[in-house]
Amino acid sequence: MSKRRLSLQGATGQIGTILVTLLGLLILTFIIGRMMPADPVRAIVGEDATRETYEQVFRSLGLDRPLWEQFFYYLGDVLTGDFGTSIRTGQPVIQDILHVMPATIELATFAILIGAGLGVPMGVIAAVNKDRWPDHVVRVLSLFGHSMPIFWTGMIALIVLYAKLDLVGGSGRMDQFYIGLVPETTGFLLIDSLLAGEMDVFWSAVNHLILPASLLGYSSSAYITRMTRSFMLDQLGQEYITTARVKGLSKHQTIWRHAFVNIRVQLVTIVALAYGSLLEGAVLIETVFAWPGFGQYLTSNLIIGDMNAVMTCVLIVGVIFIALNLLSDVLYRLFDPRTR
Amino acid sequence: MSVTTASRLRMPASLNALRNIIVFLMKSPTSLFGLCVLALLILVAIFAPLIATHDPYAQDLANTLQAPGNTHLFGTDELGRDIFSRLVWGSRITLTIIFLVSIVVGPIGLAVGAASGYLGGRFDTVMMRITDIFLSFPSLILSLAFVAALGPSLNNAIIAIALTSWPPIARLARAEAMTFRNADYIAAARLQGASPLRIIVKSIVPMCLPSVLIRLTLNMATVILTAAGLGFLGLGAQPPLPEWGAMIATGRRYMLDSWWLVTFPGVAILCVSLAFNLLGDGLRDALDPKQMNRR
Amino acid sequence: MTSPILDVKNLHIRYGGASADAVRGVSFTLGRERLGIVGESGSGKSTVGRALLRLLPSAKITAETMRFEDIELLSLTEKQMLGIRGRRMSMILQDPKFSLNPIRKVGDQVAETYLRHFKCSRKEAGEKAIAMLEAVKIRDPERVCEQYPHEISGGMGQRVMIAMMLLADPDVVIADEPTSALDVTVRLQVLNILDSLVRDRGIGLIMISHDLNLVRNFCDRVLIMYAGRVVETLAARDLDKAQHPYTRGLLAAQPRIGGARAPLAVLDRRPEWLEEVSR
Repeated sequence: MSKRRLSLQGATGQIGTILVTLLGLLILTFIIGRMMPADPVRAIVGEDATRETYEQVFRSLGLDRPLWEQFFYYLGDVLTGDFGTSIRTGQPVIQDILHVMPATIELATFAILIGAGLGVPMGVIAAVNKDRWPDHVVRVLSLFGHSMPIFWTGMIALIVLYAKLDLVGGSGRMDQFYIGLVPETTGFLLIDSLLAGEMDVFWSAVNHLILPASLLGYSSSAYITRMTRSFMLDQLGQEYITTARVKGLSKHQTIWRHAFVNIRVQLVTIVALAYGSLLEGAVLIETVFAWPGFGQYLTSNLIIGDMNAVMTCVLIVGVIFIALNLLSDVLYRLFDPRTR
Repeated sequence: MSVTTASRLRMPASLNALRNIIVFLMKSPTSLFGLCVLALLILVAIFAPLIATHDPYAQDLANTLQAPGNTHLFGTDELGRDIFSRLVWGSRITLTIIFLVSIVVGPIGLAVGAASGYLGGRFDTVMMRITDIFLSFPSLILSLAFVAALGPSLNNAIIAIALTSWPPIARLARAEAMTFRNADYIAAARLQGASPLRIIVKSIVPMCLPSVLIRLTLNMATVILTAAGLGFLGLGAQPPLPEWGAMIATGRRYMLDSWWLVTFPGVAILCVSLAFNLLGDGLRDALDPKQMNRR
Repeated sequence: MTSPILDVKNLHIRYGGASADAVRGVSFTLGRERLGIVGESGSGKSTVGRALLRLLPSAKITAETMRFEDIELLSLTEKQMLGIRGRRMSMILQDPKFSLNPIRKVGDQVAETYLRHFKCSRKEAGEKAIAMLEAVKIRDPERVCEQYPHEISGGMGQRVMIAMMLLADPDVVIADEPTSALDVTVRLQVLNILDSLVRDRGIGLIMISHDLNLVRNFCDRVLIMYAGRVVETLAARDLDKAQHPYTRGLLAAQPRIGGARAPLAVLDRRPEWLEEVSR
């Protein structure tokens, strides 16, 4: 009983922490937005507006108020779901972002499948063969993935696999030819093309997705591999592994039925965090592959200095990260019998 | 400097540990490779004027986009500048970034971490909430946002990277400080009437220093990739500076016909970040692996 | 003791990277009896136990012979060894807190031994497990089967361990300090359960322990190990008549209720014992 109360206290404490972190996040994005050199008024009224118009817009945006007051306006706006209007497109920023998000989610999901599919077995192999050659090979492979500047690897891969060998699709989500052929229902091209029954578009999309997703996945597999290895080593050193061996289980059975089963929960949390980190790689890889997703939206708006868009993008990344952290915590509590 | 001497006087044991670590690193071929690459980087940066075959900024519009050959080892770029020489001079920029980020991040992280670990209480809570906020971003995204706010330039990129990379250091120093906080010799210092500031500076900071230095090394690979990424997006070093990431960005337009424009700078970035990673990995092995996996 | 189940002659074990052998020239036989191996920590007694099951992947094991019935254990392949472990020879480990898999249900873990060695359905194995848990005097075994190791007590955990290791009806059981992690109050209970099972089934038991009294009460014969060697072998009831000064030292270093209040003797360790040949 007291245990339950304790975990409940922990939960409320955690919610408090999250709220404070969210508030801090908003302060941070607000500061970044206010520091941006682009003049939001000028962006709205244009270069040759009169002084009066400028002043009027300046006041209507609340820019004449003290900073803390401006922050409360911002806070109120965000809480009511108003993230401002994009200067470039003239549409609500949040609408723009929702529009580009599916492309990034599609890319990141495939990437994490590849990253986990690569990283988890590699980590297990490395741990089982600790300090022998497979361990060293895995270590070099994963450090390599962790060390490569992904935007550069993307270009080299494009040069070799697309331009020279023509094995995969080039930039964009599909061949130019197919653009506009499939109605946008979900925004996820793979799903949309299947819904529309356009198999050609589907395969073109797969062909375009495979390279950037593999590169992103490979780079994220480094972290997954390292953590898997370290978790596995922890488990393999435990006494219950000896018990399993004494029972007559083979090495293989011991590894997969006992040690691996015991790290599943930890792995899920790690993969969830790695999924969030993919956003970082996505910013760069989307630029290289002209992938019309969140990363490209963020960088293009950074360069033209669209304040509302940038603030919202940063806020969203932070919220995604906090949510993933929370999710991995919750998963841990749900699936580990010792914490139930 | 005074901090290092202080720590040397205070704990020969840790110095001994440092020697053990270096011996350990030399034994592993991968860490040795990392050490060699970094030594090479430093040498190239120091002797850049002697090693470079051309002026890195000298345009030669008659010889643009030359393939690698005898006169130009790694070819020339779209303005006829020698890529090899630009790479060599670019190593100075890379080292500058590493150096500046380290001397900003190290002390800030150490100070914040040691103080909040030792003092605890409200100061600790506030500081840790702040690091939480910073840690809820991938470092590149936050750096991007800061650069956007400050305006794109090499210096601002360095500031942005430094701003985003102190929290993990602070976390580490705090964890270390908390383990030393209740040690008897700290209590003795307190009984003798030493002020908290004095205890932190004289007793806590030197104890946190070794692990902080290691953590800094581990972070350098990320710092280099972030700097290159910023350069690539046009938010870091500006042309005509021979920063490697920016070189890749300009070479991108010509990459299908002139592969050497993007290949060589990329290899350079890869080598340096790999070197730091290998070195960091070796350090992690030399020390407790669990401790270093912690944020 | 006509035909010994286990016959070990001149066993040497060296851990990978070590400069000296951890076990040096150990010889003994085991019939359908209870053999105690006693020694201080580091004497190599646990190493011998694990070597018998070939559970030391990084160690080099050599012996003139290490025979289990008519099987030469050292010449078996790892695959053949899997048929021996758990089925014909098994081992009870020290602390159930660590030796049971923390995130699998108790019943599954016990049944796994049976499933591994006999062709049968999961249900059948589950029933066997429940019957065995009953045999180790666990009340309400169906409920315990559904519990996780952290939900049961140490004494119960060790009984689960015994059930797990006896389920496939082995010929030899090695008990590596089976009670040293338990509360004093449940030690005797667990030992009695183990003892009666071993007697009823005619199992050869090797009891590894540092506790002389325990070994004296539960074993037929005792090996005294020191620094990787057997210094003395004697019947448990003759323990008080031990010849070797080390054994005498061990006995003298034991407190006794009602004994003299004088300080206990300090254990004497002479270098010449390191090289002595066992008798």
